[in-house]
Amino acid sequence: MDVAVAAKLGAGLAMIGVAGVGIGIGNIFASLIASVARNPASEAQVRPIGLLGFALTEGVAIFALAVALMILFL
Amino acid sequence: MIAGEPFEIRPLEQFELHPALGAVGHAVNFTQSNLFMVAGALLTMALLVYGSRPRATVPGRWQSLAEMLYEFVHGMAVDQIGPEGKAFFPFIFTLFVFVLMGNLLGLIPFFFTYTSHIAVTGALAVFVICLATFVAIRTHGLHFFSYFLPEGAPIVLAPLIVMIEIISYLSRPVSLSMRLFANMMAGHMILVVFASFVVMLGSLGAVGALGAIIPFGINIPLIGFELLVAVLQAYVFAILTCIYLHDAVHLH
Repeated sequence: MDVAVAAKLGAGLAMIGVAGVGIGIGNIFASLIASVARNPASEAQVRPIGLLGFALTEGVAIFALAVALMILFL
Repeated sequence: MIAGEPFEIRPLEQFELHPALGAVGHAVNFTQSNLFMVAGALLTMALLVYGSRPRATVPGRWQSLAEMLYEFVHGMAVDQIGPEGKAFFPFIFTLFVFVLMGNLLGLIPFFFTYTSHIAVTGALAVFVICLATFVAIRTHGLHFFSYFLPEGAPIVLAPLIVMIEIISYLSRPVSLSMRLFANMMAGHMILVVFASFVVMLGSLGAVGALGAIIPFGINIPLIGFELLVAVLQAYVFAILTCIYLHDAVHLH
């Protein structure tokens, strides 16, 4: 297989990791909505924690994206 | 773009360093990255000095911006670290504002994002971890090493747990710096990739120009998302610093 073609396939494969991040972020916001719906008074406390979890999980997606972009353009 | 020449997407070009400020900058290797660090620091100082000048009971726009920034970071430091957090507040404030300024300045077209270099974020993260370790050893002495064996852990598993704890402790600066650097780099690369699609489609004539609306339309919400990421990543960097310092002060 040609190296350039293999690199493009590899970049596509590197993005599979984003699937897990999708599940993770969905879980975070599902729990956030559920906890705010149960106890609306807790929103001010829960929201920053949820956003922190979102940012930490999103970082994993960014790692996968960075790997894919590096394969393509570096 | 010159007609006939194939257009190439080069999203990494924006991260190249060039000497700034003419011959003087060239002689001392003063790059545009350093230039934007100085600009960010000067902007922050201008905001804080100008914002705290009126000392009004009912603050104006700039005063409330400066006060909100100060109180936000102060609240974060004290909430996360505890009463000892006041001692670390200047450090965390500097770190937060430096990262925030780098992220936000980089969003302006043709401006350089200094947080998109692992050299910058790596130096910040290593400094944070060294400070946390120094604080921990100074507060707890040799007792600090009990951090690597949590209380109540079965002694049989001690070799394994200590290994895992040491590895997780040492991977902190790596994940802290990689998160910020990769977020900034990937975000700016995506913007360039979609902007390149606009140029590539635009060179295809009338139909291509009509199709170029789609990547252009994608780039607009992406800028908004980058704005969110810029603030969020500065917040995450600062709050993780707070959590590491909390561990150093309280040992679990």
